[in-house]
Parts: sequence; structure tokens; C-alpha cells
Amino acid sequence: MKLKKARVYVTLKPTVLDPQGTTVAKALNHLGYHEVEGARVGKIIELHLSDQATRARVEEMAGKLLANPVIENFTVEMEE
Amino acid sequence: MPEKSVQSREKVRYGVAVFPGSNCDYDTYRVISELDNRVNFVWHEERSLNNYDCIVLPGGFSYGDYLRTGAIARFSPLMQSLPDFLDRGGLVLGICNGFQILLEAGLLPGAMLQNKSLKFICRYVYLRVESNNSPFTRLFKKGQVIRMPIAHHAGNYYADENTIFEIENKKLVLLRYCDKEGSLTEESNPNGSLNNIAGITNLKGNVFGLMPHPERASSSLLGSEDGKLIFKSITSYIAERVRSF
Repeated sequence: MKLKKARVYVTLKPTVLDPQGTTVAKALNHLGYHEVEGARVGKIIELHLSDQATRARVEEMAGKLLANPVIENFTVEMEE
Repeated sequence: MPEKSVQSREKVRYGVAVFPGSNCDYDTYRVISELDNRVNFVWHEERSLNNYDCIVLPGGFSYGDYLRTGAIARFSPLMQSLPDFLDRGGLVLGICNGFQILLEAGLLPGAMLQNKSLKFICRYVYLRVESNNSPFTRLFKKGQVIRMPIAHHAGNYYADENTIFEIENKKLVLLRYCDKEGSLTEESNPNGSLNNIAGITNLKGNVFGLMPHPERASSSLLGSEDGKLIFKSITSYIAERVRSF
């Protein structure tokens, strides 16, 4: 059976403060990367799927469990 | 809850939920039991909550806090049964991880972010009781300053602007982080929570979530007994309701 992969990118909504991102940006500044004016930290969830998998189902999974719509956005990338 | 059984019993019946990774369940059980209530552990796979007046979701790290705190526990059979339980007159108290689960489940508005400092914070804090017009805080005085410990990594309360407006407008905040004198300062806000929010209730007033641990502040030996009054409030509320039938 051929496997499919999906990548779900979960990011904090732009209106939500991201202390982790702020710390990362500051650390990069300290290392001399002064062009860094900000950073946002998110996560990628890679799903290994059977060949019947559809984007719609993955989006459903993301909405239900993988992301919290109160604070996070998500995008889905399907890979055949 | 069926009225008949309510009338024919004496003690208030608590259920302390146990998820894989709960670790404040025994402390919570003990405090509730010492206050002369009936109390049982309720495994997270339990669906029938008919024999309880109040379900407590204790602190801990349900499912290892994987993905987000409370994100997986909210799908347990016990959590799925809570809306019915609430409709039948039950009360639900969520402490720390329990609060996080209630937010993930949508039983309370908002969400938890990592603490602003990115550190796990474990220490006593001062809290101001914002309202005693609630089954959970009725024995406190409005504006009373109390002391309880917090112990969390994700207690930075967040909700969007409209939700915060609604929460404040409807007076759903029951506890706020404050200083010794009861002032809401930035320094007294341990985790970056919006409006110093430490505990909120829902519109119906039958769900309460708080980050501080009342069960760890229920013995003078441990530094504070202020937390006891939350459990006593619940018990007195339910007992009065039973008598009024």
C-alpha cells in the first residue's frame, strides 16, 4: 500500500503574544543577527496516512485536535 | 441528579476525576473527605456521573501535556458526560490541569498559553476574590485577599478581545492575582495572564476553573487554609439546595 504524508503547520494567531518567539529573536540578536526583528514559534505535525486519506479529513483532524482555534491557526500540506 | 436520591441522603457527593497523569487527585480526595463529604475517584473512562453532585478535575499532567495541556484529556468519556451532568444540576471544579482541560473542552472560554517567563512556576501567590456570587466562592468576602500556591508552566490566561470584554462585563472572573494588599499589579501577576485572571466561571455559574491549588492550601501545616473555603462553599451550596427541595 502506498503511504501518503500530510504536514500540519500549527502557528499562534498573530494577535497572541509568543514569549518563546520573542526569546528566540533576542537570542539571534545577541548572536549578531541584527536583521531579526521578530520570531514566531509554531509546530509541524507530520501524519503518515493510508492512500485513502483526503485533505478534508486532515483539516478536520487539525480543527478538532491538532490546533486550538482560540489561539492557533493551521495550514495543511499534502504530499503524495 | 434525580431529586429523590438527593433528598434521601446526607452527605454531599464528590467525584475526583483521574486521568492518566493526574497527580493531585489524592490530595484533592483527602481534603474533600476531611471536610465530611462523600468522595470517590472517577476513572476518566467513566460515563455515568449520576451519583455525584460535584466533579473535580484535579491538577497534574494528563496525557503528559502532549500537544497542548488538556488537549487530549478533553476527549475522554468522562469529559463527554460533563454537559449532561451540568444540565442535571451538577457542579464542575477544574484545578490547574483541570482548568486547562475545561478550556480545551470549551466548557470555559479562552485558552492557556505558556507562562510569559517560559518557566514552570511553583510558589504561593496572593489572590483577590472578585465575586462571592457563585457556588464556588460564596463563603468568601468580596474583595478578600487569600493565599494559595500555583504550580504550572501554562497558566497564562488568554482570550480574544471580545471574549475578555464579555467575561468582564458578565463578572465571570472569580479570582485575580494581586499583591498582599489586593492591588492588581503587573509584578503580582506570575504568568502574564490577561487582566490578572486566575480563575473564571461560566455564564451559568456551574463550572469554575482556577490555576491555584486549593487542595494544597487546606492545612495550616502547609502554610494556608484559604483553599478549604472553596470546597466548603461548594458543599454548603449543594447542602442548602438539597434542603430546599
